[in-house]
Amino acid sequence: MQLDKTSPSGTGTPATRTLGVLVIASLIALSLFGLVFSAEDVVQGSTVRIMYVHVPSIWVAYMAFAFTAISSAVYLTAKNRSLGWDRFAGASAEIGVLFVAISLVTGSLWGRLTWGTYWVWDARLTSTAFLFITYIGYLAVRRLGGTHRQRARRSGVLALLAVLEIPLVHFSVRVWRSLHQEASVADKGTDVELDGLMLFSLFFGLVAFTLLFVWLVIHRQRTLWLEDAYADKGLDAAIVARREEAGV
Amino acid sequence: MSTHSVSRITVSLAVARKDLAIEWNSKILVNQVAPFSAIVMVLFAFALDNEGILQRVAPGLVWLATLFSMLVVIQRTFAVESADGALDALRVAGIDPSAIFFGKAIALMVQLFALELLLVATAVVLYGVEMSALGFLEVLVTLATATIGLGFVGTIYGGLASAVRGRETLLPLLLLPVVAPVLIGATRATEAAFESGGAKVSEGWPWISLLLMFAVIFGVVGSVAFGPLIDE
Repeated sequence: MQLDKTSPSGTGTPATRTLGVLVIASLIALSLFGLVFSAEDVVQGSTVRIMYVHVPSIWVAYMAFAFTAISSAVYLTAKNRSLGWDRFAGASAEIGVLFVAISLVTGSLWGRLTWGTYWVWDARLTSTAFLFITYIGYLAVRRLGGTHRQRARRSGVLALLAVLEIPLVHFSVRVWRSLHQEASVADKGTDVELDGLMLFSLFFGLVAFTLLFVWLVIHRQRTLWLEDAYADKGLDAAIVARREEAGV
Repeated sequence: MSTHSVSRITVSLAVARKDLAIEWNSKILVNQVAPFSAIVMVLFAFALDNEGILQRVAPGLVWLATLFSMLVVIQRTFAVESADGALDALRVAGIDPSAIFFGKAIALMVQLFALELLLVATAVVLYGVEMSALGFLEVLVTLATATIGLGFVGTIYGGLASAVRGRETLLPLLLLPVVAPVLIGATRATEAAFESGGAKVSEGWPWISLLLMFAVIFGVVGSVAFGPLIDE
């Protein structure tokens, strides 16, 4: 069903279908590279394979939050104030929250296997946790209700505030740690020697996850578009239906 | 603007005076928030149950109690605005949103500063904290700089959360991650002032510069961002 002339009738187009096939193919290839072709690490054994998911996940998360900030800035500054930018910001933030969660979970599993603990109070880990909570708050603000324009302005300002908040938190956590704890365990973990195929698998993961992000963000933007159109149209439709019931 | 236009500072002070007058008449801070802060400090003592530990972690507890109490104060300060559409009335009256921002922030700062003094006094009485004269001066400067930052940032997010009524649960989720730098900076500075855990008084001053930086950033940002946030 097409809700109105401007909204899409579905979320797929030939271009996104092609992209979707490419995403599936590259994720299958990544699984093969990560689990089969690439060698075990001398020190970490198979644990190192978590990296092929963990690193691309946090990469996607950073990319998503940056895209949210850029889209919000465009929405707030552009003359026509197209709601499309607001929906891109929202779609991107949702995907960012998902992938930051994936990287926190995979990271703490890796930490448990390698360091023997799920969590260390390292500056990077702590700021990542803050990133997660901050954008959960952002998504909550998007659901506050009101008109689409109110949502867009509120969440747009909030997304720009987050850009300011994250470096401040990261900076203060870093000074906090540096004064209270000697070199953190995380530094030992970075002492990994990557051979050619491992490095290739890692970069391939970044490419595959980037494609996945693009595919997800396009579709999510379109479903949000449909949701907005439904919210606009739904009320009119409901009024017409009730009138018909009443025989007016 | 008419020829009778008043300066932004005058308007800010008028808004602040209005908020403090409401508080003075209702006595919510004295009758409800201050006792709440005090009971939090007592509960910390129950939970930790060790005088040595209490003395060591007193600075952190003072600031945690401040943050929790601040949530209540901010909700209160915006509840009086949204109750009868007072904030909209201020906007319709043509008042610059940045003047409302600074006014409400100043009123919030005054209330928070009073609460923090009470919490430090509670720590001295209940947790056996001791300070030198220089330490006491450092505590006062820490309270002042941290309060300015908290007042600004609390007003930004309080304004946002109050935009939709019945969604007050959102405020802690939005605000607590943002004020983490204040908690870190103020706790370390207070630790130095209390000389707890072998800290020296002189170690606190760099942390106060972090608090000052936070205050300046959110003061500037708030004066720009507050308008779009409350404009419905």
